[in-house]
Amino acid sequence: MLLGPALGVSAALFTLGVFGVLLRRNAIVIFMCVELMLNAVNLTFVALAQQLGVAGQLFVLFVMAVAAAEAAVGLAIILAIFRHRGTVDLQNINLLKG
Amino acid sequence: MSGALVLFWVFAGLALASALACITRRSPVASALWLVVTLFALAALFVLLDAQFIAVLQLLVYAGAIMVLFLFVIMLLNLGRPGPMDVKGPVGVGTAFLLGGVLLFQLWILRRATLPSSIQLVARLQQEHGFVAAIAQPLFDTYLIPFEITSLLLLAALVGAVVLAKRRL
Repeated sequence: MLLGPALGVSAALFTLGVFGVLLRRNAIVIFMCVELMLNAVNLTFVALAQQLGVAGQLFVLFVMAVAAAEAAVGLAIILAIFRHRGTVDLQNINLLKG
Repeated sequence: MSGALVLFWVFAGLALASALACITRRSPVASALWLVVTLFALAALFVLLDAQFIAVLQLLVYAGAIMVLFLFVIMLLNLGRPGPMDVKGPVGVGTAFLLGGVLLFQLWILRRATLPSSIQLVARLQQEHGFVAAIAQPLFDTYLIPFEITSLLLLAALVGAVVLAKRRL
């Protein structure tokens, strides 16, 4: 009964995360928007798990572990970039641009 | 409307509004705090969707550990004060709205997904075994190998974070 609304909310949340990634330039804010997208996917998993069995909730567990690992490594990378360039604005970080 | 549905829309609205605030605030600290509000609202939604254990983990791992890490890095780099707005130019905004609109349209169709409402596997399992055991039993049985691989992943992340963030080893 809550499946349809939950999937709609998660679609809207995921889109907001994509908006944030496409709109902002601050690397840390972009990173938080990626977390927002991961959470939207978690909501989908939980909503479907309610009727299809507990495996969906287990996947949320794994997504959380991956998100924690990603946050630790990603923030370390941002820290290293900030030491090197003195900014986290992605406009100034274009070493890989041809 | 039943009580659960009213509560669902209250917390869904809170989650969406604070997610919007998170992507529009100028200061990264304000963004991070709005994201915490989103995570709390999502934990409430998880409870309404029969995932009590996941909701507790959401509060502990996401709203607790991960967001503290974010705030710590923001304050370590001294990015707390709001600078000039860092939104991209008109071309970037146009592209974002176009791509986001198409994506929302595609994902919105998911709302039509229906399952026979008679199956309520999780609620039955939780009544038989309890909230934690319903998750723990398959986790240490069917999904034991992915669970062990997760520990390897966390170890790799730990080592990687230290190597990347340390000035000289």
